[in-house]
Amino acid sequence: MATRTVTIASSVGLHARPAALFVEAASNSGLDVEIAKPGEDPVDATSILGVMALGAKHGEEVVLTAEGDGADETLDSLVELLSRDLDAE
Amino acid sequence: MTEQAETTTKPETTTKPETTTKPETRQGIGVSPGTAYGPVVQVAPPVRPPAHEPAVDDEEAALADVKAAFESVAVSLEQRATRVEDTAQQILKATALIARDKGLVKAASKELAAGHGRANSIANAVETYAAQFEALGGYFAERVADLRDVGSRAVAAVLGVAAPGVPAFSEPSVIVAEDLAPAETATLDRSLVVGIITEAGGRTSHTAILAAQMGIPAVVQLPHATQIPAGTPIALDGDSGEVTIAPDMSLVTAQRERAARRKEALAHLSGPGRTSDGAEIALLANIGGVDDAVAAGAQDLEGVGLFRTEFVYLSATRAPTVEEQAEIYRGVFAPFEGRRVVVRTLDAGADKPLKFADLGPEENPALGRRGLRLSAERPDLLDAQLEALAVAARETGADVRVMAPMVATAEEAAWFARRVRENGLPKAGVMIEVPGAALRARDVLGEVDFGSLGTNDLAQYTMAADRMQGALSDLLDPWQPAVLDVVGVACEGAAKVDRPIGVCGESAGDPLLALVLVGLGVTSLSMAPSKVPVVRLALSQHSVAECQALATAARGSRTAVDALHAVRDGARSELTDLL
Repeated sequence: MATRTVTIASSVGLHARPAALFVEAASNSGLDVEIAKPGEDPVDATSILGVMALGAKHGEEVVLTAEGDGADETLDSLVELLSRDLDAE
Repeated sequence: MTEQAETTTKPETTTKPETTTKPETRQGIGVSPGTAYGPVVQVAPPVRPPAHEPAVDDEEAALADVKAAFESVAVSLEQRATRVEDTAQQILKATALIARDKGLVKAASKELAAGHGRANSIANAVETYAAQFEALGGYFAERVADLRDVGSRAVAAVLGVAAPGVPAFSEPSVIVAEDLAPAETATLDRSLVVGIITEAGGRTSHTAILAAQMGIPAVVQLPHATQIPAGTPIALDGDSGEVTIAPDMSLVTAQRERAARRKEALAHLSGPGRTSDGAEIALLANIGGVDDAVAAGAQDLEGVGLFRTEFVYLSATRAPTVEEQAEIYRGVFAPFEGRRVVVRTLDAGADKPLKFADLGPEENPALGRRGLRLSAERPDLLDAQLEALAVAARETGADVRVMAPMVATAEEAAWFARRVRENGLPKAGVMIEVPGAALRARDVLGEVDFGSLGTNDLAQYTMAADRMQGALSDLLDPWQPAVLDVVGVACEGAAKVDRPIGVCGESAGDPLLALVLVGLGVTSLSMAPSKVPVVRLALSQHSVAECQALATAARGSRTAVDALHAVRDGARSELTDLL
């Protein structure tokens, strides 16, 4: 199982637009991807409501996990996505 | 003059049916600039599930119906997304993602299993998530409108009724709704929608973002907007937030021309507040929470002149901890690194009781144990707040200054200043809103670093007229010469001990009054952020000496109306032509 920790760069946190882009990317990977705040229960990264309900704010860390072929590559690209200020783009 | 003409012809107009409503002006929050005029189109309210929906016989079939309902909503949103551009498209796609969410279907299936009908299961599932988002607050809470829109559409689909939203209309109109869902805002026909008004919403709601992007003037948080009958002509000003129901055509024309001229005049001005001869008058924002702070932080202003902290307490059932408060204050201070943020400590009392610090009912709450008087009874609450503010101030690099509400005497000011300094905060100030404190500003401000005139309460106490009593609004007119006298005396007292004094009441946002206040000796003006540009313009057109002459003219007037007229006549026409 692959794991990455990343800090949310989006200035307004992981909400509507950044969350949508993230969920879309996670869904397109076809893998079981999960996202969690450190020490908390993970949620399905393909569920936009689950991802938004995390309430991950700007500057907070989240932990991504994935299983299956290409898990590392998938997580790398998701990390890259969350490291950008998606709201400013 | 037109009034007179109407009066004389009135007896003859009795044949004309009196269906037209009297012009009425209401104040909302302007979120997308420009003016608009047209008939009201009321948006159909969301579809609610039936109250007595029978439980389903076949759970699996019902779940299939629920899934199909969500899927049809997703598909229709995606179809709409293909017809719009940019932000609108992204928002519709994001909303479609919500409709496709597995979690929502899972939650609905639990509701079906618990014996609820199809429509109620959908609604309950949506509410589970809505409650979570609302608890998160801020941006997350504002996404609740998207979620409920999906729910309402899915309920309509499963019940086989028409989807909620904007009805068909063919003439240019002003759209009025409780709150516009993104699907509605994004697909509005720009050529037919001249303006948008919502009763709910906020500065960062979808309505605000999309309306600004689409260039449609918009006002949010307009009281009782949904009760305005469809078809009523309405005029709105997306800069000032002012809405006039059934306005005279002369007003509409004048408003339109004025708005164009004002836009032109304001376009060339930016930066800190300065009089024409270069005196620095800080232009600041009044804010009440993190969202306001983020919005104001992005604007061209010098900081915050009044951060109301009541929201931290009012919905809480127990006293918020230092860490809980510090988290909120960090969010408010962060956008203002290097700029000032003036924080007003807890201003609660019998009229705004706290669940955890209720001192009991009072005969006259406005004159009772409120503001600093409550802090005196519960110093633990004040100390926790000051500690949290100090923590957040250190971590964010904002120039944080703290002031107490409802200070009446020098002893109270000294008591507060000591507590502020003990908590490691560098600057303490007091609100001047009690006439007694204004009259003795020299002694009261001598104990602290600055003063801030709360002109709304100062008017209430000077004129002995309840702010909540609409029938007394003439007495509460900020142009009342007596109120200006009290402000003037406070400024003189502040000058004697060399303390800066500002204004954070509504009068600071009125460009003509702002000139008078500067003439009286005020050095900072704090207002709704949307009012800053026109006040900046007014200052830039007048010297300090001119402001002083206007202040003298206002204080020399016998009535509030005379004072306004004297200043309007005395101010430069480059300004008054725009107002």
